[in-house]
Amino acid sequence: MSDDTGGAPVPYRGGGFQPRPVGVVGPLVFAGLIGLWEIASRAGWISAILVPAPSLAFAALVDLVQTGQIWLHLTASVQRLVLGWTLGTAAGLLLGFAAGLFSLARAGIVPFVAAIFPIPKIALLPLFIIWFGIGEESKVATIFFGTFFPTVISVYGGVDNVDRTLIRMGQSFDLTWFSIVRKIILPGAMPAILSGFRISTSIAIILLVAAEMIGAEYGVGAYILLAGNLMATDQLIAGAAVLSVMGLTVSWLIGKAEKTILRWR
Amino acid sequence: MRMEAARPASIRTGRHKLMDIHVDHISHWYGQTEVLRDIDLHIGSGQIVCIIGPSGCGKSTLLRFLGGLERPTRGSVLEMSPPPPDSLVPLTYIFQDFALLPWRSAAGNISLVLERHGLARAEARAIIDDVLERTKLTDFRDALPKQLSGGMKQRVAIARALAVRPACFLMDEPLSSLDGQTRELLLDDLLDLWLRERFTACYVTHNLEEAVRLGHKIVVLSRRPGRIREIVEVDLPVEERKGQSGMLWDRQRYLWELMREEALAADQEIAHV
Repeated sequence: MSDDTGGAPVPYRGGGFQPRPVGVVGPLVFAGLIGLWEIASRAGWISAILVPAPSLAFAALVDLVQTGQIWLHLTASVQRLVLGWTLGTAAGLLLGFAAGLFSLARAGIVPFVAAIFPIPKIALLPLFIIWFGIGEESKVATIFFGTFFPTVISVYGGVDNVDRTLIRMGQSFDLTWFSIVRKIILPGAMPAILSGFRISTSIAIILLVAAEMIGAEYGVGAYILLAGNLMATDQLIAGAAVLSVMGLTVSWLIGKAEKTILRWR
Repeated sequence: MRMEAARPASIRTGRHKLMDIHVDHISHWYGQTEVLRDIDLHIGSGQIVCIIGPSGCGKSTLLRFLGGLERPTRGSVLEMSPPPPDSLVPLTYIFQDFALLPWRSAAGNISLVLERHGLARAEARAIIDDVLERTKLTDFRDALPKQLSGGMKQRVAIARALAVRPACFLMDEPLSSLDGQTRELLLDDLLDLWLRERFTACYVTHNLEEAVRLGHKIVVLSRRPGRIREIVEVDLPVEERKGQSGMLWDRQRYLWELMREEALAADQEIAHV
């Protein structure tokens, strides 16, 4: 009760449910977990054979850089990734736009994609090895197919979602078919295409590692597999860290692209 | 001030917006549903013809026929005279939801509709500057649609339409997605614009006040299937309507009497579906 007037203030019931960014927490959690892990390893609570101390994994990473081995593995991996993803994305964009724009193409492509997309492409790797041999081609093909199908789906979904009134507007101002596609449909589908890129790059990295575990001399996946076979868990963790950095880099690049291309949103 | 501006401006632009459109006995079905029945209508040059009717009566469909965005099942829309040679897009729409490309600035949205006409860069720029000025948007030339209010967005759409020098504006409830005050302001702008340019227009609305303030001829459609119930002429010149709220109010009430039962029936019809 308030003293002189006798009125009670209305209790505050709003607020909350509004997450705001707190910058330092992320790194702190990260550092805290690694520190805890390090202490647990040093104290012998965690067996060094099962999980190496972070400092050992870091040392393995430093060793990898100093011997220059990392560049061999990275170039091999990045080459496969870039080649497979670019080709898969190019083909996916082409067929996705075809399915988005032409009824006949859609009738042919959509059921086909629906049937093949759910098959984990890694299950087809043996087939690709029979077709293309054990070398680079089969690995690139795995990434290609893994990228191609989700791209088709996100592209024709994006084309479908372009505001029809914008297309009618274009027609009402006598724009040509080609400029409607280029100036209205393509930018309008861009948000969906870019979020499709997020999915397809993740899939590509997963498939890259899986494919490299079968018959590859160099590559991050091959390095991890070898480390596992030798029970060198410090190297294994170092390899996993490299993958994490690869994933973060790709995601950062796409975020960058979204910021510049989708500035209008 | 508006009255003075009217004459000299139309001499300055020097355009004769001659475009007679005849809607020749149009009927239309969507599948089994009859939407429009035997619409016969003349839109004279320099006239604003308003189309009103209860929701679902096919007035927007009719407007899409007028500009060739859709084809009627029966009947046709005829241009009674060839469009003026300097008109880039003789029949130009202004849409209810503005239809601006969100990734292009105000100027970019206008340049979109000029790009295919093979204009020299300087000429296109001159047109863009001119229409931005006429719609009082010069300061907003580089603004993206997301930065603009609803009224400003519709102004950009009007500027875009002006850029192609239409012979006839086809306006589909251009003020309906704006709030009351903005609508009032933009309605005044449209009136000013008409006084200066004397364009031909077909204006679809469900707002009776807009119809009596802008229209020379108000076509009242019945509920679905839409037929012409009556064509109400408003003889008072547009520029003299500002002070004549009494007379306009009479017209408006008369229109509402015409529509009231239809609107009620249409409302319940939708509720049954």
